[in-house]
Amino acid sequence: MSESGLSFLDRPNSYIGRSVPRPNARRLVEGRGTYVDDVAVQRLTHVAFLRSPLAHARIASLDTAAARAMPGVVAVVTGAELARVCTPWVGVLGHFKGLRSAPQHALAVDRVTWVGEPLCAVVAASRAEAEDALAVIAVEYEALPAVVDMETALDPATPPIHPDLGDNLAFERVLEVGDVDGAFRDAAAVVEETFRFGRHTGVCLEPRAILADWQAADGTLTVHHSFQAPHMMQDILCKHLSLPEGAVRVICRDVGGSFGIKVHIYPDEMATCALSLMLRRPVKFVADRLESFTSDIHCRDHRVTARMALSAEGDILAIDMDDLTGIGPYSVYPRTSAVEANQVVNLTGGPYRHQAYRARARVVLQNKAPTCQYRAVGHPIATMVAEGLLDLGAARLGLDPAAIRQRNVIPDDAYPCAGVSGIRFEQLSHQRALGTLLEMMDYGALRAEQAALRARGIHRGIGLATFVEITNPSAAFYGVGGARISSQDGCTLRLDPQGGVVAAVSITEQGQGTEGIIAQVVATATGVPLEQVRVVTGDTQATPYGGGTWASRGAGIGGEAAWQAGKALRANVTAAAGAILQASADALDIREGRIVDAATGAERMTLAELGRIVYFRPDTLPPGLQPEFMVTRHYVPKDYPFAFTNGVQASYLEVDVETGFVRLLKHWCVEDCGTVLNPLLVDEQIRGGIVQGIGGALFEHCLYDAEGQLLNGSMADYLVPMAGEMPDIAVAHVVSATASSEIGAKGAGEAGTAGAPAAVVNAINDALRPLNARVSRQPVTPEVILEALGTI
Amino acid sequence: MENEQRIGFTLNGERVRARVAARQHLGDLLRLEFGLTGVHLGCEHGVCGACTIRVDGRAVRACLMLAVQADGAAVETIEGLTESGEIADLQDAFHRRNALQCGYCTPGMLVTAAELLAETPRPSREAIREAVGGNYCRCTGYHAIVDAIAATAETRIAATAEARVAASVEPAEAGR
Repeated sequence: MSESGLSFLDRPNSYIGRSVPRPNARRLVEGRGTYVDDVAVQRLTHVAFLRSPLAHARIASLDTAAARAMPGVVAVVTGAELARVCTPWVGVLGHFKGLRSAPQHALAVDRVTWVGEPLCAVVAASRAEAEDALAVIAVEYEALPAVVDMETALDPATPPIHPDLGDNLAFERVLEVGDVDGAFRDAAAVVEETFRFGRHTGVCLEPRAILADWQAADGTLTVHHSFQAPHMMQDILCKHLSLPEGAVRVICRDVGGSFGIKVHIYPDEMATCALSLMLRRPVKFVADRLESFTSDIHCRDHRVTARMALSAEGDILAIDMDDLTGIGPYSVYPRTSAVEANQVVNLTGGPYRHQAYRARARVVLQNKAPTCQYRAVGHPIATMVAEGLLDLGAARLGLDPAAIRQRNVIPDDAYPCAGVSGIRFEQLSHQRALGTLLEMMDYGALRAEQAALRARGIHRGIGLATFVEITNPSAAFYGVGGARISSQDGCTLRLDPQGGVVAAVSITEQGQGTEGIIAQVVATATGVPLEQVRVVTGDTQATPYGGGTWASRGAGIGGEAAWQAGKALRANVTAAAGAILQASADALDIREGRIVDAATGAERMTLAELGRIVYFRPDTLPPGLQPEFMVTRHYVPKDYPFAFTNGVQASYLEVDVETGFVRLLKHWCVEDCGTVLNPLLVDEQIRGGIVQGIGGALFEHCLYDAEGQLLNGSMADYLVPMAGEMPDIAVAHVVSATASSEIGAKGAGEAGTAGAPAAVVNAINDALRPLNARVSRQPVTPEVILEALGTI
Repeated sequence: MENEQRIGFTLNGERVRARVAARQHLGDLLRLEFGLTGVHLGCEHGVCGACTIRVDGRAVRACLMLAVQADGAAVETIEGLTESGEIADLQDAFHRRNALQCGYCTPGMLVTAAELLAETPRPSREAIREAVGGNYCRCTGYHAIVDAIAATAETRIAATAEARVAASVEPAEAGR
């Protein structure tokens, strides 16, 4: 609520909640974006990296002489040489007690630990020439035993990847709440399942890219980076390249997809920056597609064994689960690779009322590409475990899947309250969301259609998945653990002489519409027309300090900072106008670029006229008046560590039991992200997220052989969702605005990915149930289905 | 030392010449020599569709064509298609419907969609999905892209029908 007692939705000319197109998207449809590889710089050099062909090996010798003599080559730099400029890092955080990792170098020094780890860099006049030179570097490797299977990573017979650590256990968390053993003892039904979640990755269409330009003459490092968190990158570059903060500027212009892939510290990107310092030349690195598959962070790779106790009426009494995940040879810096398992523990069963819960998560090291936070960290796993078990329970007890969810969700009138793992909920809406979903999909009619088709040998399934999503994280996420990752964000607004506003904001744009919603919030708060608001993001030198965009935090945190800045600017402008017009500032408002009488809406003067006076004729202002037409406000959530959201998804699909192929017929999602700033943008976040979740459920899998070789590092071999296989997706919203902020927005970026896999897998199992078959291994490929059916 | 050849071709309506390495693909030539950065490279092995451009009237992958093969051809990129206004309605529809997020797939998607609409004036949603089935988009989930292409088809059909009505009315009026 604003100070007037009216909500911002009631402001005249509010842009909040309107589906306006993104102002900055027009250039993208004309192919006029500026991605890192499009940035033109004088004397640019290109780097290519020699990457390990083995999962684990000692580097016995490395001879670069022939490479140095190749045409176009500027430099060949080994790990030991680079380490003189760039210090190593360790990916641990204080609040993950016991989390261990080993020092990681930008280029491997003595030992390589996964296929794809960079160990030597060639800088040349062109990428092609750099790659030519890579081919003549002579390396002798002494193979070491590779830890590939996470199931045996902790066996005493398995050698530790980092001998100093003693074993391959990076982190373990155990949580026990309530009388779990009693619940299972007294249960009418106990169901159990082992769920496997294939390792997959982000496959951003624009690969990771960085251009580092060290200007020795003035001691500045300018970095163009395809990245989500420029201030974090600035801080880390300063630390590991021993530069003062003011010397490093990180610029993130257009980013061709990120999804959590582009928020981590990558050895090749740090090396690129160090090389620019060493060579005193700009150096560019753009990952090719194979490099993306072997060196982008991977995600998931969990095996969860879980059971659920239920009463005869279908009440969940307890969940007991054991999660094992393999994260590669290092915990990724600086967010660590323990977060996904930790989220699985926090979130599993989060929507439900049960009071007993036991979980163990173990995070183990292995010689595969490192895993870290990717869209919906942990959520798809937690959701699948609870929703999969709940469907098994419903089937065991003869209950309808929708009915058992309605029975078990925390009621909408029970908030604020805590979930069984201790996560705190301000206000969720599971009952309303589920009700809306069932109505949207016409659940009863769909069940009837399913039954009729089943009689004709057509196997269709309906799957439901209720979920919670973590958004708007406070410092509780990373800051408390010692990571220098900002949880607060800021927005600076400047009213220009012609009456337009420039908004510089520390959250960043990767296509989700950050700049669009900031423009809407600023236009609404200031009264300046939307088309006269210009938004600046992604430049450490031009915006306030902040965290950037990740964990569904942009709208809720950056949006509130923009709202507060807008209110402050409006107050300053009406105060100045009041002094000129000899009116009380309270009696004035700004609407559509004009100072108006607040009560009648009658125009008193335009902002352009005010700007003319303030900027060009300040001599005519009343004595003592110094207008401040530039303001900054920051925001961080304080009353809750996270703003949880909720939602429910449904999938309708058909399984061809002869071939094992799944045809997705329709998908629905109802979610509650609080205030919807722009329905057009939120709906597309949900849809895009759902399809990413479907990718993990049905297609995407980083396949390794027993020696730790990645088998499918091309887009021809690694399957992603394409248009032909995807369904239409219906989206609706329930709105429970958070009272933590005035705009009341929570996040929406990960809800789609959180729930889609469970909805799809439950639908497959619903289709297979009459055939006494079920699947629990993702991706659910035709092979997995035919195995479940006993066909192969 | 690289094997180089001289080629000449028409690029967005202009006659151009270039000296190209035999191994260079057309996508790199357009980006590096002509600054046409709307040609986006996503996989460089012909799968993702981000680099889709038009060569002699057909949608092709710029990464799967060697630059030397463009000799004598008519090449059009998103920059040229934008300048000519040929796909302005499609671009408007993509923008209005938010059928793009990061924008990296968008130029290739537009070229593919334009080809579909040229051949099939009123494609079904399934036909649209099939036609853009070789263009990877990680952001949107495709639904909005299908909507935007379908909406453009409808608008064009309506415009054609109006033009036809106008054309059929005029001679009658002229005869009065």
